[in-house]
Amino acid sequence: MSVLDETVGAAAPPAGWVPVCRLDDLAPERGAAALVAGEQVAVFRLLDGTVLAVQHRDPFSGAHVLARGIVGTRRLDDGSLTPTVASPMYKQAFDLRTGRCLDPAGKEPVAGGPDLRAWPVRVVNGLVLVGVGA
Amino acid sequence: MHPSPQHLVVVGGGMVAHRLVEALRDRDAAGAWRVTVLAEEPRRPYDRVALTSWFSGRSADELQLGDPALWDDPLVTLRRDDRVVAIDRDARTVTTARGRVERYDHLVLATGSSAWVPPIEGADTPGVFVYRTLDDVAALRGYVEELQAQGRTVRGAVLGGGLLGLEAAGALQALGARTTVLQVGTHLMSAQVDLGGGEALRRLVNDLGVAVRLHASTTRIRPHRRGGVGRLDLADGGRVDADVVVVAAGVRPRDELARAAGLPVGERGGVVVDGTCLTADLAVSAVGEVACIDGACLGLVAPGYAMAEVTVDRLLGGAAVFPGADTATKLKLAGVDVASFGDAFATTPGALEVVWADPVGGVYKKLVVSDDARTLLGGVLVGDVSAYASLRPMLGRPLPGDPGAYLLPAGGAPDVELPDDASVCSCNNVTAGTIRAAVTEHGCTDVGAVKACTRAGTSCGSCLPLVKTLVGTELTRLGVTVSSALCEHVALSRAQLYDAVRVSGVTSFTEVMARFGTDAAGRGCDICKPVVASILATTAPAHVLEGERAALQDTNDHVMANLQKDGSYSVVPRIPGGEVTPEGLVAIGQVAQDFGLYTKITGGQRIDLFGARIDQLPAIWRRLVDAGFESGHAYGKSLRTVKSCVGSTWCRFGVQDSVALAVMLELRYRGLRSPHKLKLGVSGCARECAEARGKDVGVIATDKGWNLYVGGNGGFTPRHARLLAEDLDTETLVRTIDRFLLYYVRTADRLQRTAPWVDEVEGGIDGVRAVVLEDALGIAADLDAQMAQHVEQYEDEWRATLDDPEKLRRFASFVNAPDVPDPSLAYVPERGQARPATPEERAAAERGEPVLVAGSTLEVRS
Repeated sequence: MSVLDETVGAAAPPAGWVPVCRLDDLAPERGAAALVAGEQVAVFRLLDGTVLAVQHRDPFSGAHVLARGIVGTRRLDDGSLTPTVASPMYKQAFDLRTGRCLDPAGKEPVAGGPDLRAWPVRVVNGLVLVGVGA
Repeated sequence: MHPSPQHLVVVGGGMVAHRLVEALRDRDAAGAWRVTVLAEEPRRPYDRVALTSWFSGRSADELQLGDPALWDDPLVTLRRDDRVVAIDRDARTVTTARGRVERYDHLVLATGSSAWVPPIEGADTPGVFVYRTLDDVAALRGYVEELQAQGRTVRGAVLGGGLLGLEAAGALQALGARTTVLQVGTHLMSAQVDLGGGEALRRLVNDLGVAVRLHASTTRIRPHRRGGVGRLDLADGGRVDADVVVVAAGVRPRDELARAAGLPVGERGGVVVDGTCLTADLAVSAVGEVACIDGACLGLVAPGYAMAEVTVDRLLGGAAVFPGADTATKLKLAGVDVASFGDAFATTPGALEVVWADPVGGVYKKLVVSDDARTLLGGVLVGDVSAYASLRPMLGRPLPGDPGAYLLPAGGAPDVELPDDASVCSCNNVTAGTIRAAVTEHGCTDVGAVKACTRAGTSCGSCLPLVKTLVGTELTRLGVTVSSALCEHVALSRAQLYDAVRVSGVTSFTEVMARFGTDAAGRGCDICKPVVASILATTAPAHVLEGERAALQDTNDHVMANLQKDGSYSVVPRIPGGEVTPEGLVAIGQVAQDFGLYTKITGGQRIDLFGARIDQLPAIWRRLVDAGFESGHAYGKSLRTVKSCVGSTWCRFGVQDSVALAVMLELRYRGLRSPHKLKLGVSGCARECAEARGKDVGVIATDKGWNLYVGGNGGFTPRHARLLAEDLDTETLVRTIDRFLLYYVRTADRLQRTAPWVDEVEGGIDGVRAVVLEDALGIAADLDAQMAQHVEQYEDEWRATLDDPEKLRRFASFVNAPDVPDPSLAYVPERGQARPATPEERAAAERGEPVLVAGSTLEVRS
């Protein structure tokens, strides 16, 4: 979950946080791929300016495409509303906050589990920071 | 399989024989019987009932019955073109014309009927035809077309004004012959319809341009001095000029084999059978039109099917008995609706007739009810048969309410709750209860599934409206609202949403969700967002990446290229009509070479360039746009291509310039967003080299203009397009396609192609024709204006994107490293081009094995 924090100076990002782009570089309700510490990360900007990050690699195809999925919402069984991304390859839906696969759409991952790794994100002075510390 | 199956031999290869084999293989799971069908005709059994539709564009293949896999069953042998010439009941063998001898354990005679030609002088003159087999119909068609090719206006005469005669007249008329029906009796279809109905029918037939002469008994057929038929002499001294004559005077059972074998035949012919369809010889049955059951031969397919089922049941040890003939009939002639069922002539003692007639509108309706006016005994419907499907199953049952109410014009008929044992599909003997059970017990949730499960409506299709109603009612009862909701965010169907958006005039996703969404906080999903984008594309045209719309697009529309399995894209420039200059071809080739793209020719007559990285797309398109190309929309649910043959400009056989029309159509409809992809085709003559009938819209040139076919596709369920209109001039053709496409765009479901849409849209193909050609809904002007707006506002979305730096930012590989290509892409060479490396090749390369794997800059042309 991103935190809007105006108090931290842009010049010196806090330790463990990697600046990726400006918030303005991201289109609302779309994703963008970023290289963070050698990993391909998909960064999504929601309508309210919140920014979330999950792995760019799609577990069900092995291709690095998740940032190009359609962003939406889904009502979970507990009644809560969560932001989602649908894989552009085979349409599996993922919870953008946790990376959990919400619907495998009848397919098996090519390797590993169905869920995505998620990274913490902060937006500081209009700068998007992805957390890479432990 | 059974160790030593018994041998069933079926003589005859018609519809009833087919049903018998189908039912046997369906029910005889143990394989107790193997069956040999000996057929006289050179083809598999086909749908003889639908012969007339062969004139309106259906091919011989489409007359095929059931699943062709039946004939590959190891227990089934079909011998075509080999007529049985003798039966030896003592030896239990049959002998064929080719000298084959088959021994049987049981024999079924299903030889059907032959057309009866009355003993008229000159009946053997060339140009006199009967109307029974596909070969008869093909010969008739060939003869008429040959006369027309000599430049003659062809006059046709049909001897016989019954069901078959009227269908033959319709067929002659469809071939362009001026046709006269000669009926010996007092009125048309006198076996099914009373005098009042016959009179209404005559007016409807006249409206088709077919002349009718009653009390017309032909005494002689005279040749023309040029050869062939020329004239008919009538008993009353009158004459009718005719270049072609179709004799439809009735049929006679083909009982000659049975007679020769000493089996008893009926007074008016036909092999006498009992209620179990057995003849006097317990090893021989007879089914269909050749069987004389309850003292009569029945010339309809439904009782024949019932006999086939009875026979199969008996062969497998059952106790079925022929349930009595359902002689309900419905005329299959476009523009003339006639149905007759039950005691149509009110012969039951005390029967009452309730009649409603509208001579101006050409409607005559009569119900026959019992003396207390409660039980339905029969009926005749002419001009408006909408009540037929729901009334026929009520035969012999009390009608709820006033019988007169059923005769009122459309909409007045009360709802009828059919009893479970009421027969809904008489062709396949399916009851209302069976259809209900398909829904409640077998989990069918739509008409298509119910058809597959029960076979209801798979033969003549006249019961489909009723099947649809029953299925709908049952689903509602189960509480399964057949949800047409798009997704959790939109409770409307795509068609409803389209109307809502169009009428309300909203132009953004946020407004659509606020007005028509289910959840104020919801922000859509990968289902509703592209649907809204597609709808807005035709109601409020704007660039795919304009503002909020960019967030609605699937990745293909978002980067205007086709995503491939490894995350790279393919690029397809538009090549209208498949026509490309050598310079254009060189330019595409140069781009492919410079960017190392795998190149393949598509089925739509253009070139697909594979392996483009997202960050390469703008540079590739800069080159293509500079070379004069534009987006081919291969990525969109939109017009793809208009395929064409080379046409009359080069081809020795072409009759029209198909390439020019294809280019014009492709440029007109390019970029039109639709519920699914759209493919068009234009052929320059009837040889159909462009395979236009496999397209959503197919245009085929004729001497007089263009024939327009709609609703075809390839893919998982291939379908031939059906004829919508004939001999259109180019202007009318284009206007008709405009309206067809937009009517589809407005009313189809998400991802529903035109073929299933034509099946399901109100009124089917006839309904579509009424809307686009006769403006039955009064929306034609609106559709025309909408298409004019589309054509007016079209812009190449790639050129517009290249002109806008803001839009180009979307194509960066990484937002923080725009020039670094995706490091996970890997390619290997194959047949001189690059292809994505397989997981095994990647793993081998990582282990350091000598596999040539390279990133997306692989150089393969060394």
